[in-house]
Parts: sequence; structure tokens; C-alpha cells
Amino acid sequence: MNQPFIIGSVQTPVGDVPKISSNLRWPDHWGSIKARWGVGRMHYTVDPGLYALGNPNDQSPVLVTANYKMSFDRLRENLSNRNAWILVLDTKGINVWCAAGKGTFGTDELVRRVEFSQLNRMVSHRELILPQLAGPGVTAHKVKKRIGFKVIFGPIQAIDLPAFLDAGKKATHQMRQKTFTMPERVVLIPVELVSALKWSLLILPCFFLLGGLGAPSGFWQGVLNDGIFAVLNLLGALLAGAVLTPILLPWLPGRAFSHKGLIMGLITTLFITCFGVFYLDIRKDYMNVLAWFFLTPALSAYLAMNFTGASTYTSLSGVRKEMRWAVPLEIIGGVAGLTLWAGSRFAF
Amino acid sequence: MGKMIYLKDVVTLKLNKEKCSGCGMCVIVCPHAVLNMNNRKVHIENKDACMECGACAMNCPTEALTVQAGVGCAAAVINSALGREGSCCCVIETQNEPVKDQSNSCC
Repeated sequence: MNQPFIIGSVQTPVGDVPKISSNLRWPDHWGSIKARWGVGRMHYTVDPGLYALGNPNDQSPVLVTANYKMSFDRLRENLSNRNAWILVLDTKGINVWCAAGKGTFGTDELVRRVEFSQLNRMVSHRELILPQLAGPGVTAHKVKKRIGFKVIFGPIQAIDLPAFLDAGKKATHQMRQKTFTMPERVVLIPVELVSALKWSLLILPCFFLLGGLGAPSGFWQGVLNDGIFAVLNLLGALLAGAVLTPILLPWLPGRAFSHKGLIMGLITTLFITCFGVFYLDIRKDYMNVLAWFFLTPALSAYLAMNFTGASTYTSLSGVRKEMRWAVPLEIIGGVAGLTLWAGSRFAF
Repeated sequence: MGKMIYLKDVVTLKLNKEKCSGCGMCVIVCPHAVLNMNNRKVHIENKDACMECGACAMNCPTEALTVQAGVGCAAAVINSALGREGSCCCVIETQNEPVKDQSNSCC
């Protein structure tokens, strides 16, 4: 595999180890942007194995990461002017935390990779520094028992590594807390939005054309009125559920994500209806308008519910509990909305 | 802004204090400061902040901590309910199940 970040090799007792640069170049940044938008994200990988950063010797620390290129880049960019061994596990191109949850960033893979790279002949110490979020996959005391290496859980974020290393491999309380700040939420929006937009490409034209059917003023007038109103509402639901709810997450009422999405969806429908009065005859079109007061919040709630997967603090028990009422409600809202909308086509 | 807390009283995290050796590994791996050390024993300080990632139980050498670990992801719950397996990383994987190789979307 062509790996442009390799800038040479380091000679070791067990052979040459590829040397990597800690400087990111524009293809690396571009690659991150593409992955954030869901382009080639599942194949954005680095070859697993051992790499040298700077000029490491037998005393240098060993840092372990996933073979998702974005994880690897975050690590190396934060270790400029340092000497370290970087051990990349085969996590099938998945980031550290998700891979740990799946077990691919796990005890077995770590033990296998350490043995395969003959790390015991490379370094005189017996320590491995892992990201803290590898915790759900790696059992430190089992690694110690199996290969004699002590697992040290480092900070959650690579940016804290220099401070962690300089403090004698001690992480502060803050370094150990997984946050979910505004920027952290915003970078996750595109992936959710892109997958939702794929569905919309199928649904939007349907509503657009169906808007013309049953319109008393003729097909094209119907498309212009009800079709555009439908498209506006669907796009509004997407905006509410997949963009605004993630951004405003801590401030929206309720704990359940569906509840937050529902509120955001209702607000959005109100806005769009206010806009709609300029060209819709509300008295005649009340069923059409009412239909979207069901459809838009239901869709927004569903999209918001799916953001639980991107969030950093939702538990499986909680998501299951939320879904027990949210999914039936979303379905009822959807069916009621569609019935009203279909009714509004033919009954006037 | 304070810490974000999801639904209350749902978490499956349990601690058997008798078994705790006070090694503190769970406190280190927990990403939400759910656990704390008190008199050389761990105790659950903020249960509702737990996201059931399973890191603490995984790294407890005496099995004092237990939790039904999983990923709090609605898409994963839906995929599992629909019987989709392996083709997507977003499925609920029961522990001790062999890890699937393919992964086409999500997380």
C-alpha cells in the first residue's frame, strides 16, 4: 500500500522499521474532511504494524493506536519532535473507541501485534501506552499475564499526550473525561446528514410530484403549492433532526434525543407554516398543513434518535428505553401525517 | 455547561464491594467519572453518567464490577431487531461472540 507519510526507515535488531513523519500535509487534511462527509470513510486505513516516529531507541515509549487513518494522524501530529514507537493495530479501519466496543481493538489483537512485531527485542522496558478509550476492548491485567507488557491507559485525546508523557505518564482528571462540546458535535453532523440526504433523494421527488395529484387548480399549480410545501417541510425535518438538534443538544428540553428532536421538529414546522401562509390557502389546505405537523416532528425525532450513536454519553439500556416509546410514536406520527396528507389530496 | 446526563435510573452497572481490591483501574478507564476511590475501595459516585461502555468491568481483575456493556446507538438496536448482522458495524454484539470482519457503515 502506498503510504506517503513514510519518510524513511530505522534500523533495529529485528530489521528495518518504517519511519513516519509527524507533519500532516494537505492530502491528510483533505482525507479527514472527506471521511467526515462519509466519503470512503470505511476504507480510510493505515497498514497495521510498527512504525518509528523521530529516532526511537530501546528506551522510547510505545504508543498504540487504531488503523483508522484519522486516529493515526491525530496521534502523529501531536508528537512532533518526539521519539516514539507507534504500534498500529488492525481495527478494520475503525476508530479506537468504536473498535474497542466491537472488540477489534482488543486484548487478542494487541497481544498478536506485539508478538508479531517482536517488540520485546525492540525495547528494554515493558510498557505499552494505550488511548484510554481502548478500555472497553483491552483488559490490562490479561495483557500483562500473557506477554509481560504493562498497559498504561493514556489520555483520551492525543493532543494531551505531550503533557501526559512529560508528567511521567500521569493523566489529569480532565484528560480522562470524554466531553461532547459544540465543536465535537458539529464535526459529526455531515456524516448523519449525508446518510439522511441519500434517502431524501428518493422521497423528495415523490412528494413533489404527488403534490400535483388531486390539486383542484391543476397538476402544476399543485406541484408549485403543495409539492414545494412538502419539500420545504422534509428539508426542514432533516435540518431539525440532523443539524439543529445535535448543535442545540444540551439546551433542548428532555433527556431523550427523540424528545429533543420532536421539539425542534415542531418549532421548524411552525416556522415553515408561517412561511406557507404567503402562498397557501390555509382554510382550504388545513389538512395539508396539519399533516406536516405530524410528519415533520416525527421524522425529526427519528433522526435525532439516531444521533445517540454518534453521542459520547448514551447507554444501551437508555437507548432501548427511549426507543420503546419513541419508535411507536414516530411510526404513529408518520402514518397519521401521511394519511392526512393523502386525504388532503382528494378531499377538499 | 455541566456534564450531559442521559436517561436516569436505567444503567446496569453493579459493584460488589466485597470483591473490590482497590486497584483503581476502573477509575482510570471510566470516561465519565462514574467511579471514585474511597477508603481503598471503589464506589459508584454518579451512576446516571454511566454509558455502559464496559471498560471498568473489562479491566477489573477481581470481577467486582459488572455491566451489560453495549453501544448506545439507536441504529444498532434497529439493525439488530431487523436481523442484520455483521454487514454493518452498527449492530449490538453480545459479548463472547466472534467479531465480524465486514463493516460498511456507521460509527
